[in-house]
Amino acid sequence: MQPFGLFSTRALSAAAMVAGALLAGGLAGGLAAPALAQQAPAQAPAASAANTFDAVRSRGTLVCAVNTGLAGFAQPDSQGVWRGFDVDYCRAFAAALFGDPNKVRFVPTTAQNRFTALQSGETDVMARNTTWTLSRDTSLGLDFTATNFYDGQGFMVKRSTNVKSAKELEGATICVQPGTTTEQNLTDWARANRIRFTPVVIERLEELVSAYAAGRCDAYTTDVSGLASTRSAQPQPNDHVILPEVISKEPLAPAVRQGDARFADVIRWTHYALIAAEELGITQANVQQMANDPRPEAQRLLGRNGELGKMLGLDNAWAVNVIKAVGNYGEMFQRHLAPLGIQRDESPNALWTKGGLQYAPPFR
Amino acid sequence: MSQTTMDPRLLRAPPKRKLRLSWADERVRGIVWQVLVVGVVGAIAYWLWSNTVHNLEVRRIATGFGFLDREAGLPIGESLIPYSPTDTYLRALTVGLLNTLKVAVVGIVLATVLGTLVGIARLSRNWLLSKIAGVYVEVIRDLPLLLQLLFWYAILQALPGPRQSLNPVEGVFLSNRGLKLPWLEWQDAHTYALLAFVAGAVGTWLWARRATALFLQDGKPRPVWPAALGLLVGLPLAVWAAFGAPWTVDWPALRGFNFRGGLTMTPEYFALLLGLVLYTAGFIAEIVRAGILAVPKGQWEAAQALGLRPGAVLKRIVLPQALRVIIPPMTSQYLNITKNSSLAVAIGYQDIVSIANTTLNQTGQAIEGIAIIMLVYLTISLSISLFMNWYNARIALVER
Repeated sequence: MQPFGLFSTRALSAAAMVAGALLAGGLAGGLAAPALAQQAPAQAPAASAANTFDAVRSRGTLVCAVNTGLAGFAQPDSQGVWRGFDVDYCRAFAAALFGDPNKVRFVPTTAQNRFTALQSGETDVMARNTTWTLSRDTSLGLDFTATNFYDGQGFMVKRSTNVKSAKELEGATICVQPGTTTEQNLTDWARANRIRFTPVVIERLEELVSAYAAGRCDAYTTDVSGLASTRSAQPQPNDHVILPEVISKEPLAPAVRQGDARFADVIRWTHYALIAAEELGITQANVQQMANDPRPEAQRLLGRNGELGKMLGLDNAWAVNVIKAVGNYGEMFQRHLAPLGIQRDESPNALWTKGGLQYAPPFR
Repeated sequence: MSQTTMDPRLLRAPPKRKLRLSWADERVRGIVWQVLVVGVVGAIAYWLWSNTVHNLEVRRIATGFGFLDREAGLPIGESLIPYSPTDTYLRALTVGLLNTLKVAVVGIVLATVLGTLVGIARLSRNWLLSKIAGVYVEVIRDLPLLLQLLFWYAILQALPGPRQSLNPVEGVFLSNRGLKLPWLEWQDAHTYALLAFVAGAVGTWLWARRATALFLQDGKPRPVWPAALGLLVGLPLAVWAAFGAPWTVDWPALRGFNFRGGLTMTPEYFALLLGLVLYTAGFIAEIVRAGILAVPKGQWEAAQALGLRPGAVLKRIVLPQALRVIIPPMTSQYLNITKNSSLAVAIGYQDIVSIANTTLNQTGQAIEGIAIIMLVYLTISLSISLFMNWYNARIALVER
């Protein structure tokens, strides 16, 4: 007789992991910290939380939390190599830190255990389509760095239902993943629009999508990018329609543990370097020639002039390494998200010069 | 009992032994070891606790149970009590607890009935019946429960959509949205009638006890059924009539995407219940069979030799003895049903684990969330254990 089956173990793994990780606290931190705390209480937090940068540099690899499998964002290909927009961000961070995009280990995380994986120190940074909210920023012990994808929640229905607008979903059964902002946005939206709905809440994405596909739900709701990803993976993508309404703001941003501003700076400015490279027209292909670009900002970004890299605690050619590894922001978008049918023009993800929100502070 | 009647040998105290502070003294050794073990366990517990508190502080993670009063904002598909996403986390968790109890209690009753029937069928002299029961037990026990749950859920999803739903009898609809039944529009009168029924059941039980006691005194049989009929049927009907006998049936009807009105059994609940009952019944069948086989053959033969009818042999002689073997392992099965109901997350039934998981994810307070789940299962399981131990002691062989 099995007291607990496979799935229960899995479902509770988030839970058990959390408890376990926090109880044990990582051997080094756990054993050393209480002793330190007695001698110098003010120093103890700095000792265990503030040295991510040094810890990562001396370890020689970055541990990056990604999605368990979401086409376009993070998914292993047939050779087992991780591919996707978020995955490339991890590679970019590694390139900035070590000059080598391959010095990164990917840890797939679910919606349930992603925060714990970061809190407990199992991973250094999380690039896993996670929405930046005030409560997450303050109460989870995390810091979000910079929005790398502006998303919003939408609905997908089967074409055969003839539903043209989310307002027509009165009385519908809606499939939604638990433990996400999606779930809360859905109830907010339903309340504001006086729409009654029946939720079907399943944790595993595969089970949830198959419940939607089998007709258990009339609609499936998640971030529009996730809908596009799921739709592209259906046997007949054209049988499904993504409704025009976007009911929430979902700024997706890489997050780090609170307490190491230096490490957070590296993550944040790596993203800005990708944006600045696009602004300046620097691509994966021409990054070497661009070293001779006379424009002062390009000179500073690529480390030919000034010491911006050193100020971050990195090699001065850090941005060259990043762009050489993954290209600029536009190239990453084109490579991973455009094939899913996600529009960039006229969306918030366009560069600010083209009416979007992607903007890099000056490299100066 | 007075002292004079007691065996004088029992009154003699053992010789007092002096406690020597020496390792050779068994009692000193015992005390030292116990102090050591308790100290080590206490130190580990203290270390885990202080380390956790420290780590939470360092990582600036919020702690405490203050979140229970906050608005949950999470949608719940089925609930025994009124619930809306504007309610608190506490209420959401209560809904989860009730959902767990709903599947555990119904599951325990159904699994016991089915398991007992299958167990007896396996001992039947009817070749076909016993073979079918045997195959059932062997197949169902050998497949992982999770697999069975996903199987039943997939089957229920393969039912037609609400517009093409099966409609065997008027008002009953079976579709991939679940089973829809007509149901009473619940009013206060029904609640009072239900309470009257419960009171009637207690009254019937008391009367049955009294009747047996009187029968043992004077040997005159007193039938229980007239009182039972009056208390169980008459009383609730009278109460219902006194409140104006409201009778409005709520018929399910297809409106828009889904059915409105009526009683719903969702595919998630049905799949979970079906999976748990069928799986656990396989084990219970074996326990029942073992219990019956454990009664010596001589007991059967002796009962038959006394001229008892086959039904009476089973009821009066065999089952009371078999129960003593059956009850202890049965307790484990009841605990298993309760704990296995946490597999609900796999198929989207929102039990306590599912809702606590969502809560801990939204609030980020994992330790509190896990503590709540553990507390709930511990409470339910201990309650079941206590009840079953009480029942076990009640039916235990009383030696005279």
